[in-house]
Amino acid sequence: MVSFISSNYFYFLLAIMVGAVSGLVGSFAVMKRLALASDPISHIALPGLGVAFLFSFNPIIGAAAALLIGAVLIWGLERRMGATTESVIGVVFSLALAVGTLITPSEDIINALFGSYGQISLNEFLLGALVSLGIFVFLLSKRRQMMLAILSPELASTAGVNADRYNLYFLLAMVLTIVLGLKYLGALLMGSLIIIPAVVSRNITRSFSSMILAGIIMSVLSVIAGILIAQSRGFAIGPTIISVAGFLFVVSLLFSSKRK
Amino acid sequence: MLEVSDLSVSFNELKVLEHVSFTLESGDILAIIGPNGSGKTVLLRALLETVPYEGEIKWAKDVKIGYVPQKLYIDPSLPITLKEFLESKLKLIGKPKEDLGGLLKLVNLPPAVLTRSLGQLSGGHFQRALIAFALIGSPQVILFDEPTAGVDSSGEEQIYNTLHRLRDERGITMIIVSHDLSLVFNYTNKVLCLNKQQICFGSPEEALTPEKLRELYGAPVKHYHHLHG
Repeated sequence: MVSFISSNYFYFLLAIMVGAVSGLVGSFAVMKRLALASDPISHIALPGLGVAFLFSFNPIIGAAAALLIGAVLIWGLERRMGATTESVIGVVFSLALAVGTLITPSEDIINALFGSYGQISLNEFLLGALVSLGIFVFLLSKRRQMMLAILSPELASTAGVNADRYNLYFLLAMVLTIVLGLKYLGALLMGSLIIIPAVVSRNITRSFSSMILAGIIMSVLSVIAGILIAQSRGFAIGPTIISVAGFLFVVSLLFSSKRK
Repeated sequence: MLEVSDLSVSFNELKVLEHVSFTLESGDILAIIGPNGSGKTVLLRALLETVPYEGEIKWAKDVKIGYVPQKLYIDPSLPITLKEFLESKLKLIGKPKEDLGGLLKLVNLPPAVLTRSLGQLSGGHFQRALIAFALIGSPQVILFDEPTAGVDSSGEEQIYNTLHRLRDERGITMIIVSHDLSLVFNYTNKVLCLNKQQICFGSPEEALTPEKLRELYGAPVKHYHHLHG
């Protein structure tokens, strides 16, 4: 176990950073009652991954492009249609999953869907760390704007916050986070790392600041425990991380039923 | 304070507000009345620039606006405390030192509710919390969307008293969306009748003729006329 960490230092360290960002992004996603939408949003990455594998360019670039297009599309739909976007989003996500699965070469499909181990180069690590830190600092410093924009665009406007703009910022932060986590959890499971730890945190906290903090802790905990368990038992990495998060969720239910 | 000319709003080609024009002077209390779905709330949202519109909305320079929504659904399981909610605006508008205690007293909220989560406040407490949020930063004008909807009659009385105090002590200009015609005659000096289009605008005594009310609501409405006291 120790030898895995020391020989895959960048892989492990970036995983922790991705976990922290996921927990933070997830708190806002849960607030937006986007839980159902943001879980499958990561599916949009799959067609991008598939195209990248087919034409042998960097899969992360393909995924990032697909996700950015998806995010802007969702933002546009939300603005035009309001609450009725959910069904459209559901259709788009399922379609992305289906098409992505069809075009991804069969030897790559499992890793694309569920994540994988692997070496991460110094450059990849530095870029990933920089993006993680950027999202993290941005969301933390803009948490009040984000909160008001989510609760009510009108109240936000009386505090000088343009809710429309913050909705777009949030979606971009979310898709970048998904891109960061694809290596570890794949297109099928990355959305779950954003949602589950944040829901766990919502169940056990009583204030917004503690919800954010606990969301980050729960997510990082899931990632570390998931990687260590998967390594020592020879399990697939993405499913193990999500199983740990799911276990924390069940525990949090006991906790919250005691509280109320 | 505010000049609105030929304002129209439509969503996906559906016109929800057409050709609305009115003016508001400092110290005015304007009531907006009209049946359900007549565009009253949309008008407030346009005044806050959160919906796209055609026409012109001209606020006085550097005016500070407060807003009290009719209802705001907050998931009861969401852990956002009242303190965090109010402090978010204090910090965003750069007044982190403004006194929350005094604000709560003004709207008759006990300090103990600060640590409660928004979704678990009672309807009356939440309504007053929204008024407190609106008052942060000392706005010159506050928009109220049905301030007494969903509040029992004693709560209603308290909210009217609060509105009264705001007008008398702080000279705040108000726009109040309401169904309550007695409020219109007792508290306001201007009224705007909406039914997607503008039916009337002026002082309540002059603008609210029985004919206009019939045109507005489609059926005869009992005319609650109280003298100003």
